[in-house]
Amino acid sequence: MAHGGSFTVNVCEKDSDDERTGESGPSQKSSLLFKEPAFNVQEYPEAIQMGTFIEHLDSSDSESTSSSERSKESLNSKPRCSLQRNNWSAATKRVLSSMPSRTTGLHSSAGIAMKARRTPAELPPRTPSHDSLHTPRVTQEGTIRPDLEEVDGTKYLVGSRCAESSKEQLVSDLRDLSVSEGMRKLRAMPLSLVDKREIRKCSFSPAARNSLNRNLFCNNLLSTYISRMWRHCTFTGHPIVSFLKLWNSSLKKLSGRYGTGVLSYFLFLRTILFINLLLFTITCLFLVIPQAIHPPPTDSRLNSFTGIELLTGTGYLSQSLMFYGYYSNVTIEMNQLAAHSAVTHMVPYCIPTAYFFTITISFFIICIVLVYSMSKSFGKSFQVFKSTGDLSEKVFCSWDFKVIKRPSIRLQSEKISTQLKEQLSELTSGEEESSPMQRCCNLVIHAVAWLICLASIFLSAGGVYFLSNSRSLVVAIEAYTKQHFGPHHKNLHLLFTSAVVSGFNLLLPGIFNLCAWMEKHKSPSTRVYVSIFRNLLLKISIIGVLCYHWLGKIAEIQDHQASECWENFVGQELYRLLLMDFIFTVLYTFLGEFIWRLFSQIILKKNRKPVFDIARNVLELIYGQTLTWLGVLLAPLLPAVQIAKLFVLFYMKKSSLMLNCQASKKPWRATQMTTLFITLLCFPSFLGAAVAVVYTVWMIKPSSGCGPFRNVASMFESGKLWAERMKDSQQILSWLIRAYYTFIDNPLFLFLPTGIFLLVIYFHTQVVDGQRKIIRRLEKQIENEGKDKKFLITQLQYLYEENNPDSSH
Amino acid sequence: MVASKGPGCGPTPDLLFGSGLLLSRYFISDWAALIKKKKAFARRWNSDGPVVSELESSDMGNKQTIFTAQQLDAYQDCTYFTRKEILRLFYRYRDLAPQLVPLDYTNQPDVKLPYELIGSMPELKDNPFRQRIAEVFSEDGEGNMTLDDFLDMFSVLSEMAPRDLKAYYAFKIYDFNNDDFICKSDLEKTLNKLTRNELTEDEVKMVCEKVIDEADLDNDGRLSLEDFQNMINRAPDFLSTFHIRI
Repeated sequence: MAHGGSFTVNVCEKDSDDERTGESGPSQKSSLLFKEPAFNVQEYPEAIQMGTFIEHLDSSDSESTSSSERSKESLNSKPRCSLQRNNWSAATKRVLSSMPSRTTGLHSSAGIAMKARRTPAELPPRTPSHDSLHTPRVTQEGTIRPDLEEVDGTKYLVGSRCAESSKEQLVSDLRDLSVSEGMRKLRAMPLSLVDKREIRKCSFSPAARNSLNRNLFCNNLLSTYISRMWRHCTFTGHPIVSFLKLWNSSLKKLSGRYGTGVLSYFLFLRTILFINLLLFTITCLFLVIPQAIHPPPTDSRLNSFTGIELLTGTGYLSQSLMFYGYYSNVTIEMNQLAAHSAVTHMVPYCIPTAYFFTITISFFIICIVLVYSMSKSFGKSFQVFKSTGDLSEKVFCSWDFKVIKRPSIRLQSEKISTQLKEQLSELTSGEEESSPMQRCCNLVIHAVAWLICLASIFLSAGGVYFLSNSRSLVVAIEAYTKQHFGPHHKNLHLLFTSAVVSGFNLLLPGIFNLCAWMEKHKSPSTRVYVSIFRNLLLKISIIGVLCYHWLGKIAEIQDHQASECWENFVGQELYRLLLMDFIFTVLYTFLGEFIWRLFSQIILKKNRKPVFDIARNVLELIYGQTLTWLGVLLAPLLPAVQIAKLFVLFYMKKSSLMLNCQASKKPWRATQMTTLFITLLCFPSFLGAAVAVVYTVWMIKPSSGCGPFRNVASMFESGKLWAERMKDSQQILSWLIRAYYTFIDNPLFLFLPTGIFLLVIYFHTQVVDGQRKIIRRLEKQIENEGKDKKFLITQLQYLYEENNPDSSH
Repeated sequence: MVASKGPGCGPTPDLLFGSGLLLSRYFISDWAALIKKKKAFARRWNSDGPVVSELESSDMGNKQTIFTAQQLDAYQDCTYFTRKEILRLFYRYRDLAPQLVPLDYTNQPDVKLPYELIGSMPELKDNPFRQRIAEVFSEDGEGNMTLDDFLDMFSVLSEMAPRDLKAYYAFKIYDFNNDDFICKSDLEKTLNKLTRNELTEDEVKMVCEKVIDEADLDNDGRLSLEDFQNMINRAPDFLSTFHIRI
């Protein structure tokens, strides 16, 4: 035994030597810490009864330490088959069985479970009660590996004891935890359900078991009753629950056919739909319904309804709850209500204040939702570990278990095999050196492509600006429409701008795709990113130009002609844009996907369907959402339009996809892309919309002829006015007013949270950085350990063979 | 009319609910028809009342208990499913062999569905790893599954299961010879299944070598569970791909 001790000490010294060569001072502590479990050979002294070998080792120890470097090299150069298990001596196997890789996992549940699940299989059937508990999950060949059978004379005993004791340990572990925590642990244990139920029975008291998951205690009758009612409520509330899981079966079908990549588009669509539902609920509850109950007098001239208003948003629609102009600046005194109820001090419902606060609060809530989902998505996709190579990932993680449709499965395996082949060829050939001539050529092509893209973006933005600004053109178009469609459709010319914008949005991505095809990007991910960036640039520049036009020009000009309502005009413009975008998407789906498929299948006789372009479709969704956010201030019911649009879009895209498209063969990192989409939705889209809205609220004078803010200098002013009025009438709420003044009017409180926020972010990055460093060190250490292990095993084997040469086989 | 089982369930609220239903049936015939319709729909997807699941047998309106409340609690606590999903999975399980699986599971009948039936589910039918999945999750190791195994399988493959649990079972699935290591032969089998034997032998060999080179941290020439988990931790898409929607 003493030898055993010296043996381990020697190993330790040798190992720390290795560490020192590889690493500097600070790593020492962590390395020693990690060594401890690694060398708990001492804890299994009965496993190492091999004094003879150790003596030999001792004698050759100095040699081995001095030559460790050299022997390691030679080991590395040795073929792996020298480490094949099949001809090892019993002693080596005994050492192996107590090796750290088999014992370190002991404390994790996985390790225990592995033991628990493995041991019964190896156990002779002498514990029938045990067997009935978990019937063994045996190997499919029915044979147990010979070497394991040989070794485990002692291991059986250890194993059976382990299974029993590990179970007890699990139970006691779970008892120590709180109930919910214990439940979480239990669920995550890789045990069979029977075992889990057994453990659950042992570790949780019946009372705790009953109250689990339901947050209610069944101790007395009343609470039993409540819990039952609650259950009943959840039962009857089924439609709501099922609505929250909207489109589950369709999503399943889609993912079964096209895999995770296409699924991510539809999930994104659903996310946007939920955001719009939230927005719609808020505005509807606090703004639209109160106003609808107390309708202001409307202009009877505009009551004629021809149908074209649905497209342009003018006429009848402009005098409806849809647009800003309809809302009045009245304060609803709830007289009748107050008379009935005993409360005399009823808070009057002031529409302008409600308008202001509804919009502010809904933006705030959406911001929180977005940041939350973004952080969640980041958490999922963030990689602390740097990937060394992704061949292994490709092999083990690329199979999409969701895909259940046979042709798609074939496609998927084709995709994987081509990717594997590509990667292999890269590995074998290495980096192919391109000549300077080629590189120059590539550079020129890239430059030309970018030039074309930027020029087209610039031209389209300029075109939009010119179109919306030039008076003469507008007049000409107006005359043209009057001439051709008659006076009934006098507002048709308004559709022109939005049609042109949507046309740009439809055509330019085609040009970008052409450029990308010309460029021939090597890595597909670069290609996707470049195309996303170009599309984004286009959309941002167009919306930017329009925003500048609306907020800078229209709002200023219309101010002088007090009769018109510029808010309504901009709201209508946004409404038209949204509608036009939808119409063009329908057209694209029909022409670009359906007709193109027919064309290519019937005329070109190709058995190839068009590919569903995820990046483009997602960016269209983001564009529409930006318009909605921009418009919600001036057209509070715009989210409803967007909801309807998304609903139709979902079914249309789904059927078009099923009918016309095939899954893309491009590799698609679904998780990263989802993160990217959410980030894009948050950063340029939501932030831009929020900035524009805040600018409108803060700086621009609302038109004096219409809307709830008709007599104030800015919309923000109305909040202040309300605050002052409140101060006079309600003493209780005065603290709120004071808080309002100190927090919102004071720039210090704007900067302070920002600073704290930035600090937190900084600390987080630092922590992650540190973790990364530690992980790198630990990885290196594991590597060294592996080398040591290999060296020691071969040494052992060698000595063993030397000692009894006849039993070497 | 309601068979309530288990000590924790007093009769009152349930009877109230039941009589309410009865009343509505007696008084307003249209509504009764409507509610019947809803019930018929609900019995597929829902749970109801303290005896958590009832099924109306086709003609008489008798209700039959599938699970006791305790059983359902236990299932809920040990899997990542809600009651409704557990019942739905039960019906999926039952639909595979209605003549074999009884509707009464309160006394834990010893029913096993053979692998041929499990493997014929549309979720698994064309999956190249279906046999392995069934073997790993079945207690007898041959793919014949009890209801518990069935629930266990879809719980691990559900959206809610954590990465470590999924990784553990993925490891089991790829470990074809059940020796707790993924060795070269396992890898070859995995590759052939993944690519439908598209790769040549040399290519398979090369990929195997590279994979082991990449992922094997302790240099023993094969992948242990720790190696595998470490590799999985680097793969962001694993969680979304190792998932079957039910």
